[in-house]
Amino acid sequence: MTNQSVKDDAGALGSASAAPSLRARRRAGAWRRTRRLFVRVAELMAVLFLVSLGTFALLSLIDTDPAVTILGEGHTQADYEAVREDLGLNDPLLERYADWLGSAAHGDLGASIVPPYHDVLDRIMAALPVSVELALLGVGMALLFSIPLAMWSAYHAGGRIDRWISAGTFSVLSVPSFLAGLLLIWLLSNGLGWFPRAEWSRLDEGLGANLYHAFLPALTIALAETALLTRVLRSDLITTLQEDYILAARAKGMGTVHIMFSDALRPSSFSAVTILGISLGRLIGSTVIVEYLFALPGMGTLVVGAARTGDYVTVQGAVLVIALIYVATNALIDLSYGYLDPRVRRSHA
Amino acid sequence: MGRPLLVVENLSAVITTGRGPLTAVDGVSLSLDRGEVLGIVGESGSGKSVLARTIMGLHCSDPRFALSGTVKLDGRDVLGLEPSQLRAMWGPEVGMVFQDPMTALNPVKRVGTHLVEAVRKHQQVTRRDAVGQALDLLDMVGIPDPRRRINQFPHQLSGGMRQRVVIAMALANRPKLLIADEPTTALDVTVQRQILDLLDRLRGELGMAVIMISHDLGVVAGRTDRVAVMYGGEIVETADARSLFDAPRHPYASALLAAIPSLKGAPHQRLAAIDGTPPDLVMPPSGCRFAARCDAVHDDCRVQPPQLIFDGTHGTACHYPVNPLISTASNTSGDT
Ligand SMILES: Nc1ncnc2c1ncn2[C@@H]1O[C@H](COP(=O)(O)OP(=O)(O)OP(=O)(O)O)[C@@H](O)[C@H]1O
Ligand code: SF4
Ligand SMILES: [Mg+2]
Repeated sequence: MTNQSVKDDAGALGSASAAPSLRARRRAGAWRRTRRLFVRVAELMAVLFLVSLGTFALLSLIDTDPAVTILGEGHTQADYEAVREDLGLNDPLLERYADWLGSAAHGDLGASIVPPYHDVLDRIMAALPVSVELALLGVGMALLFSIPLAMWSAYHAGGRIDRWISAGTFSVLSVPSFLAGLLLIWLLSNGLGWFPRAEWSRLDEGLGANLYHAFLPALTIALAETALLTRVLRSDLITTLQEDYILAARAKGMGTVHIMFSDALRPSSFSAVTILGISLGRLIGSTVIVEYLFALPGMGTLVVGAARTGDYVTVQGAVLVIALIYVATNALIDLSYGYLDPRVRRSHA
Repeated sequence: MGRPLLVVENLSAVITTGRGPLTAVDGVSLSLDRGEVLGIVGESGSGKSVLARTIMGLHCSDPRFALSGTVKLDGRDVLGLEPSQLRAMWGPEVGMVFQDPMTALNPVKRVGTHLVEAVRKHQQVTRRDAVGQALDLLDMVGIPDPRRRINQFPHQLSGGMRQRVVIAMALANRPKLLIADEPTTALDVTVQRQILDLLDRLRGELGMAVIMISHDLGVVAGRTDRVAVMYGGEIVETADARSLFDAPRHPYASALLAAIPSLKGAPHQRLAAIDGTPPDLVMPPSGCRFAARCDAVHDDCRVQPPQLIFDGTHGTACHYPVNPLISTASNTSGDT
């Protein structure tokens, strides 16, 4: 075969001789990456600082008094003052915050200020796996449901299947998630007796038992997320399916399933992935209702319980960890944009 | 050499739109021999793309398209095929090159993936062999340094390079028919020529038939065996390239020809676009569709739609053709 000489390549990467040397470019790239990482970490610190300060300020507004929690009914004024002094509650707010921040910066989140005075980090470490697992399972199930639903819907856009799916997702979204949870409990737990309710089995007690107990709460979470993801993904898929490259893929004989998964899904998933990131972060800290419904010892239960007793040290620690996870999740999501669209990779690099 | 590769008879495509049924292709007939090059020319909206895609069978499963007539590709009735049979045909029998190479490649897929998946879809080869074929394909369409290019993403290539990749993709399974739908419209002028030359060369090397679609008669001039001129979803004139360029008979074809600066008139002269707008295909005029814009229009033109009437192989749909006979008078530059 002849290899014609080609002159129309000026717009591409530039000829090797004109461009800066490879090593110089690599060095510049490494520097830019370092700087980006630095900015990221600085952002993270700023977010954590603001979140902890905000939480502290908010907690001081709540008039639940840990001293009362500790003493219970029928204490003397002197006892009360002594306990308050002991807990440092009479110190100025900023001073207390500075104290807490100083220890937190060293990784010491302190101990609960109300009985039984557990170590805060220990309590978080007990609650966090429950919440993380629920959130991951819930979102994972949502992905599993929403991707095929959205594909099906988008492929038959405007048709009967599409209208049914749209109506379904819309009604799920318009119902509060605890109602869906109640319905599931009533149906699958009370009615059919397939799943337990109000029990939790830790992962180290065996994966099977753990998943068995996690299924219903995760499904409750997954319902709303599925509806949201399906809607977003469907509309982006419909746009993508109009693209020339989809027609081009068909015109070379590729099958529908291949086109859906290999050609259409990735370019259509930006909004869905963004939502996914936000959902994951949000779910880890605030599945309170679901945790309550299923009596699960997760982060939501921990924070609400601590707030009710005025245990600000525990709340502070838990909120800090939740914020950390939130920021980390969204950093991961940002990274995934580079995978979803190679053009982003270049503008970042 | 036996039966033609492609025979299209009385093909119509009616699209359901918000305004009502739109007849994008209306009673088109044409045929194409193996290795032959057919140019289809017409202005924007004349139905060229819909015709091309219908011939390929790409509209077959779309409920919004009502198709009638027949398309026989290598003896097979395209419009009657099952989806799986169509998919088996797309690639080894017929391939398509698209107008805009910026959008015809998937931005998240590497150049190589586009080619390798096409090869492996139709041939039982290992991944390694498919990659080898992909490298050969890139080489064949004149892309330098294929080993580097194969791992790049479309956005890392220039427009001309991308169109070469699109061509390589269409040729991955050596189709008998290549449909190029305005393959150069989106490209720089200098690159247009290179792409057209490339298509010429590949047609010669691979011996395939080509349908070359353009809104510019200048693009098909000198590169096609036959030319069909489309207007308002119909073919209004068809002839071998020589006689169409020398003696166009339909006023529309003649006006298009006058609009090519390189053939007539001074160079750099802005092309004289034909006044007026194309007909509304939801409610086409009852008589000749070109009547509203035609210099030679008579009263009966508006009532009686002209049929495509053949004089030998030269067909014209006009009651008052410009060059009624293939006369030597109109052909001052004609030498043989
Ligand atoms: N998917 C579609 N839905 C509705 N109408 C369509 C669709 N595809 C094409 N049409 C209409 O069919 C007619 C012919 O369109 P077509 O794309 O074939 O024109 P064309 O000759 O290829 O023009 P261009 O030079 O702009 O590509 C136009 O009026 C167009 O609006
Ligand atoms: S039929 Fe009449 S209106 Fe139509 S192109 Fe011919 S002369 Fe013009
Ligand atoms: Mg077109």
